[in-house]
Amino acid sequence: MRFGIVVFPGSNCDKDCFYVLNDVLKQDVEFIWHRESSLKCFDCIVLPGGFSYGDYLRSGAVAGLSPIMKAVIDFAKKGGLVLGICNGFQILLESGLLPGAMLKNRETRFICKYVYLKTENSSLPFTGFRPDSRVLKIPIAHNDGNYYIDSLGLKELQRNNQIVFRYCDRGGLVSEASNPNGSVENIAGIVNRDGNVLGLMPHPERSSEKALGSEDGLLIFKSIIAQSKRGHFA
Amino acid sequence: MLTAEVYIMPKASVSDPQGLAIKHALESLGYKNLNQVRIGKLIIIKLDSQDKKTAGQQVENICRQLLANTIIEDYSFKIKED
Repeated sequence: MRFGIVVFPGSNCDKDCFYVLNDVLKQDVEFIWHRESSLKCFDCIVLPGGFSYGDYLRSGAVAGLSPIMKAVIDFAKKGGLVLGICNGFQILLESGLLPGAMLKNRETRFICKYVYLKTENSSLPFTGFRPDSRVLKIPIAHNDGNYYIDSLGLKELQRNNQIVFRYCDRGGLVSEASNPNGSVENIAGIVNRDGNVLGLMPHPERSSEKALGSEDGLLIFKSIIAQSKRGHFA
Repeated sequence: MLTAEVYIMPKASVSDPQGLAIKHALESLGYKNLNQVRIGKLIIIKLDSQDKKTAGQQVENICRQLLANTIIEDYSFKIKED
């Protein structure tokens, strides 16, 4: 499978994603500089974490207008898989590929820690790994991860099964106590209506080897590769 | 030349953790009568233009396209002659 990782000025998880996909999972991977205006022959595009454009104005706002994003939007509209991690999720929101917006964390500080995630939709190319009951342990590292959407938008997300990951405790219980940043409905990750664009705040690439304390992030990447082998998408 | 002063504020319905933190800090300084503190942005744009009406339309587009995220923010602006 062929992955493209978009590099913006200020991206800082691009090499981690490359390492996991290329070295750990033995996939074809290529970096794509944000000034490029076309995408060729990719099965999945990754928008990595970091601080594109120094988070100036709003996280992801300036990167959302980069030349490559027009190509990413076209790619997504044709059904290509897009995975936005942390700042990549913020860019997907700002570019309109996903609904809602990010506010500063409720506690007004940067949070870097492991969290537990409940998978609410396991019928996606990104989540074919386990039954819904499985809790994932994946770290977050962000300042603006307080997901906001108005009540109408939330209903739409719920109706279309677009909420993919929610912050929970070790036992899988979703509660205010397990909400690290104030996100509406403990939302940690959502997908677009067509199910091919996923944005999530936690970092699967930082939990893809045993030495890192968790391999649960690998399940997301492995799901993408497994779906591809089954021929669900080109 | 014209100068546009663009004000971006979090919508009233949206929480403003920064404003809340500043309110708490001010209260610790002894200011006990603060009802609310909200934090926004002021963006100043100088335009090589004489026509206030056209400049207004342009700044409106600029706000919508980039400066404000209208899901969480409101914007307003004034256009002044230098």
